Amino acid sequence: MPAAASGLCRRIIPCLDVDRGRVVKGVRFVDIRDAGDPVEIARRYDAAGADEITFLDITASSDERDTMVHVVEAVAGEVFIPLTVGGGIRKPADVRRMLNAGADKVGINTAAIHDPDFVRESAERFGSQCLVVAIDAKRVSAADEPARWEVFTHGGRRGTGLDAVEWAARMADYGAGEILLTSMDRDGTREGFDLALTRAVVDAVPIPVIASGGVGTLDHLVDGVLEGGADAVLAASIFHFGTYSVAEAKAHMAARGVPVRRMLPEVET
Amino acid sequence: MSSIAVIDYGMGNLRSVAKALEHVDDRARVHITHEPEQVRRADRVVFPGQGAIRDCMAELQRLELDAVVLEAARNKPFLGICMGMQALLEHSEENGGVDALGLFSGRVRHFRDGFAAAGIAPPGKVPHMGWNTVYQDVPHPIWNGIADASHFYFVHSYFVELLPDQLTIGRCDYGVPFTAAIARDNIVATQFHPEKSQRVGLELLANFTRWDGEPGGHV
Repeated sequence: MPAAASGLCRRIIPCLDVDRGRVVKGVRFVDIRDAGDPVEIARRYDAAGADEITFLDITASSDERDTMVHVVEAVAGEVFIPLTVGGGIRKPADVRRMLNAGADKVGINTAAIHDPDFVRESAERFGSQCLVVAIDAKRVSAADEPARWEVFTHGGRRGTGLDAVEWAARMADYGAGEILLTSMDRDGTREGFDLALTRAVVDAVPIPVIASGGVGTLDHLVDGVLEGGADAVLAASIFHFGTYSVAEAKAHMAARGVPVRRMLPEVET
Repeated sequence: MSSIAVIDYGMGNLRSVAKALEHVDDRARVHITHEPEQVRRADRVVFPGQGAIRDCMAELQRLELDAVVLEAARNKPFLGICMGMQALLEHSEENGGVDALGLFSGRVRHFRDGFAAAGIAPPGKVPHMGWNTVYQDVPHPIWNGIADASHFYFVHSYFVELLPDQLTIGRCDYGVPFTAAIARDNIVATQFHPEKSQRVGLELLANFTRWDGEPGGHV
């Protein structure tokens, strides 16, 4: 694939885990009144220059899934950047509900593995632009073998036998508009993205790829774009814990030649 | 106090558009509606849209909204967004070729297929998704207070070619230059999503809620 065409910015996407309507894993901002309030946290990220926000609903009980709909409604009423919602999206009705609530995209993960046609049908009904297929991948090849990654579910505990690169290509073929690619080997390590995995998927699909899992420094974000070829980078803890702000991340990326959205354009007078 | 009708024909995220309009004009009455009479009574009309053009046109016709949209586009401040812009053209190459509302002459082409047919390398990934630079080729009240070359949020696979006669007031580039915003008389339309374009997008919507519908007019 060609490099990204001129002008299009690489995106920075903070990800928030939401359990029963509350942001978990602790988000630390100076002066925040309620560190668990999705609306307030989304507003902070919006103000800091986040290009999108992703919510991952980790609510275990399906009885409480409606809570996420209300979260999306509340955030979409106050934050005017793209919102993606993943977790618990299993059927077309779930997609419609989230889009109607104000989500711009939905993330589909396990449900795509159980029923790939769900992706195809949803793409036909709602358009590829709103379908993000999330892939959790783990390296399964030995160090002396050519690299190979498998798709895992259940937080990396359960293998599927699917080759991650092939799966990404298949999902793109089925109508996914974007791939959210998480390295389960790197997730939580702060050692940086799995760049070989990112590059392999980027080269295999004609759609945008969001790199995820392992960001610990601002250079990791840059590497994801320049070496991995990612169109967007997703991170959670470096932003939540206040290690770096989104604005600092953007400034760093821009300084290293990655095109990013300017936050406060000068107003013509 | 003015009323704004957001035309609901089952295509896309209308809630965000309505919320953004309410956000920038807390005195506006914003109605998401498919009632022709409510559209006729509104002071301003927003015509959003996402998804496939064939479905959009079919739904407009089924709900008997096509004539209502055309009427609104003749006589009051009118804002098309995304598919709501492309549907204003005569014809789209999407879905094997679909006749649209015909307010503007010009082609709607797919980023990939169009270039493949012409033997040109694909300009980038499709859909064109994310923040890109919009150049304000023609001054318009909708740009008030927005710096030239600001970033707006796009999500689309089809694009409108540049239009002649200064109809393209905003230009973007994704390997090929294309129309990011159109204006003529009381009509303005954007390929990007102002309701998702943060501060500059809200500024554009605020301009629309204040616009008198004259190309050189006031906001």
